[in-house]
Amino acid sequence: MDHLDELEAKSIYILREGFARLKRLALLWSLGKDSNVMIWLARKAFFGKVPFPCMHVDTGKKFPEMYAFRDHYSKEWGLDLRIEPCPPVEAVDPTLPPAARSAARKTEGLKLALAKHGFDGLIAGIRRDEEATRAKERVFSPRGTEGGWDVRDQPPEFWDQFNASVPAGAHLRIHPILHWTEADIWAYTQRENIPIIPLYLATNGKRYRSLGDQDITFPVASNASSIAEILTELESTKIPERAGRALDHETEDAFERLRVAGYL
Amino acid sequence: MNILATPNSVKGTAAKTTERPQVSIVIVGHVDHGKSTLVGRLLHETNSLPEGKLEMLKAVSERRGMPFEWSFLLDALQTERDQGITIDTTQIQFRTPARDIVLIDAPGHAEFLRNMITGAAQADAAVLIIDALEGVRDQTRRHGYLLHLLGVKQVCVVINKMDRVDFSQDRFEEIAHEIREHLTTLGVTPTAVIPISARDGDGVAANTARIGWYTGPTVVGALDTLTPMRALTELPLRLPVQAIYKFDDRRIVAGRIEAGQLAPGDEIVIMPAGKIAKIKTVESWPVTPVSGAQGAGRSVGITLDRELFLERGDVIAHPATAPRDSHRLHARIFWLHETPLKTGDTVLVRIGTMETRASVVAIEQAVDPGELTSRESTSIARNHVGEIDLALARPAAADPYTDNPRNGRLVIEIGGRIAGGGLVLSIEAGKRAAPIDIVPVESALQPEERLARYHHAGAVVWFTGLPAAGKSTLARALERRLFTRGGAAVLLDGDTLRAGLNGDLGFSPADRRENIRRLAEVAAHLARNGHIAIVAAVSPAADDRAQARRIAGDLFHEVYVATSAEVCESRDPKGHYAKARAGQLPAFTGIGNDYQPPAVCELVLDTATRPIAESLAEIERMLTARHVLREEPTDFAANI
Repeated sequence: MDHLDELEAKSIYILREGFARLKRLALLWSLGKDSNVMIWLARKAFFGKVPFPCMHVDTGKKFPEMYAFRDHYSKEWGLDLRIEPCPPVEAVDPTLPPAARSAARKTEGLKLALAKHGFDGLIAGIRRDEEATRAKERVFSPRGTEGGWDVRDQPPEFWDQFNASVPAGAHLRIHPILHWTEADIWAYTQRENIPIIPLYLATNGKRYRSLGDQDITFPVASNASSIAEILTELESTKIPERAGRALDHETEDAFERLRVAGYL
Repeated sequence: MNILATPNSVKGTAAKTTERPQVSIVIVGHVDHGKSTLVGRLLHETNSLPEGKLEMLKAVSERRGMPFEWSFLLDALQTERDQGITIDTTQIQFRTPARDIVLIDAPGHAEFLRNMITGAAQADAAVLIIDALEGVRDQTRRHGYLLHLLGVKQVCVVINKMDRVDFSQDRFEEIAHEIREHLTTLGVTPTAVIPISARDGDGVAANTARIGWYTGPTVVGALDTLTPMRALTELPLRLPVQAIYKFDDRRIVAGRIEAGQLAPGDEIVIMPAGKIAKIKTVESWPVTPVSGAQGAGRSVGITLDRELFLERGDVIAHPATAPRDSHRLHARIFWLHETPLKTGDTVLVRIGTMETRASVVAIEQAVDPGELTSRESTSIARNHVGEIDLALARPAAADPYTDNPRNGRLVIEIGGRIAGGGLVLSIEAGKRAAPIDIVPVESALQPEERLARYHHAGAVVWFTGLPAAGKSTLARALERRLFTRGGAAVLLDGDTLRAGLNGDLGFSPADRRENIRRLAEVAAHLARNGHIAIVAAVSPAADDRAQARRIAGDLFHEVYVATSAEVCESRDPKGHYAKARAGQLPAFTGIGNDYQPPAVCELVLDTATRPIAESLAEIERMLTARHVLREEPTDFAANI
């Protein structure tokens, strides 16, 4: 088994554990490179069929390429797609800095979707190497009834034994690709020939490393116009993956505050 | 707009560059001994910090009016920065000249031991850090002990803050000696002991003049010698069942191979039920089925050649190397819950994908691995370790940890949350139904008393062979022969017991196995009480007979009645062969090839070529040689 095989086997194990141990599960599909890999892994885990809904919590502000990708592949892959809207920015905590406040719409949309469908488990495609608070995540991460993350009191988790009990009204976040890196995602996407959104590839000296809402996501300087070139670029770059995400950089703890409140 | 891009349709796609070994390393040690500082320094020295990060950390320190603090790099949470401690484990990646390293920073604070274990249990290797001024502390010893318990065998020790002891070689040697001794008693040999100053960088990527007396590797050099833990492909197969999927016409058994390997066509046994089947296919996606062997670490899906009931928590193995199943386990555990674990507690135990309720029958050697004080106790306090006996509500097919680390470890859950975990030291087989409130009543008689009366010891004589091979005839003859010479013989005929005790059982492999188990239990009970239990049963599955042998132990004597299939069918005293040929007895053993003759047994007889009397004499000779029958009746009473 090579490195990608090991990553894949562990992710499949986590997806199957989630499916075996939780009753009402949904996979959060943000249409980006990570959650596309995650859907691919789910199809591997369950032999071509994704046996739970794939939910897109939609801010309405994604790139047109992302919506086109969603509409095409949800059909081609036979997904049970749920599109859930987010409340307007006026409904969100006004003490947050502007970009974070805008992003927090997604947290609120997520809460509404959870209440609507009664999901007790949400599969999310976050990775430890993306961001420092995500690096502290558990694979099965308990959330309170308000969707909050109590980072001071995370349950022990070892030997791939996961805590799966969920109090009424609360839910679990399941993170099948927590142990992957950005380079792993691209190498696997290349190996498995997983479809990609062309925004990740450079045109006119710029490309997106991370895709979010149009108004708070910016491309970085790059000439990488193929995955092989992206992988070469990642070998030497010192620019963090989320450099183009405005909400991470407004204050020292902006992202932590978002995540503690239930953001992905 | 091009939305249908796939990697293969994009220009310039090339294969990934060469693989470098990836090693996960946990940094553990007493609080404030400098773990997070070492991590920050390592990232800096290996040129792994993202652009602007150093400036950001400087700004954060300035804003707080503090000197520059490397640990702010990983202690991302506000609380952590405010209090200057690491609360939860975190991971970060960097590269040394020869390795890709996943660095796991684990908290040292005693209160967060659960987080340290969460971090350390994922690691291939560990760096144990010790403050040169403070020396070996409780938490140092505790972490050393837990690394050993978690199975982390590669440990590199760094003695930090050498600047605080004027880079004294004597101080270094003193601490190095103490920690080597501690780790050695735990069975761990440190790969290196390195003097460093994480703050200033001495010994991290380069050995500076200030530690000129030190000739060993730097921290980066030591990390470059650590190796990833390999999957356990060489061990016997263990595939814990995660789920059974039926999304289409396939019934797929899904799970991860924890040890060993499997391939289509393999005969397997499903434990603890002991059902036998063959692997038909290994299913996959997008291409299926896949051929060839699948090794440890793979998440697979298999289909079987027959419809069997199996469920999450079962363990699939090869029959010859199957784990024993047991209701009783002896384990060494660490305890993380606020409430101590006590004798009599009911808990939930997980081994692989299996979960069962269990009671704590006994606790011994509860100890605080930090203080190294061992005392007898009936409870294990938080952050302490101990050895416990567990009585499981459903049988587990676990292995002792030393035989199979992956199938030999368990976690204990309380209130839906992991509260402890540890290693299976031993399993007690052959006690299927042993709930702790059942106390078997012993016989009033001593074995010698029965021996004196019957002139033989207790035994199980197990006749196996095809239907109509002559098993019942021989068994009945043996019964009369033993009775005639004053013995206590009891005939247990398979068909007769099916009319009563086993009337609820059919002829599925599972029911057949249960039929044999009950026969063996009854026979073993009689044998333990001085009788010779004579069992006549086709018992076609070698594995079922092996189970019977386990139940009866040394009392078991297997006689294979090897009369040929042709002779058996020509005899057909019960008309079964005729009915089977007519298709009226679908599960009949004899037509077809589902009888598995024993590879090794105590005696082989062929009733077609040997008269009954001669066969009987053979059996008596065998029983005499095995000290069941006594030539000269011994008068034990004379000695009393």
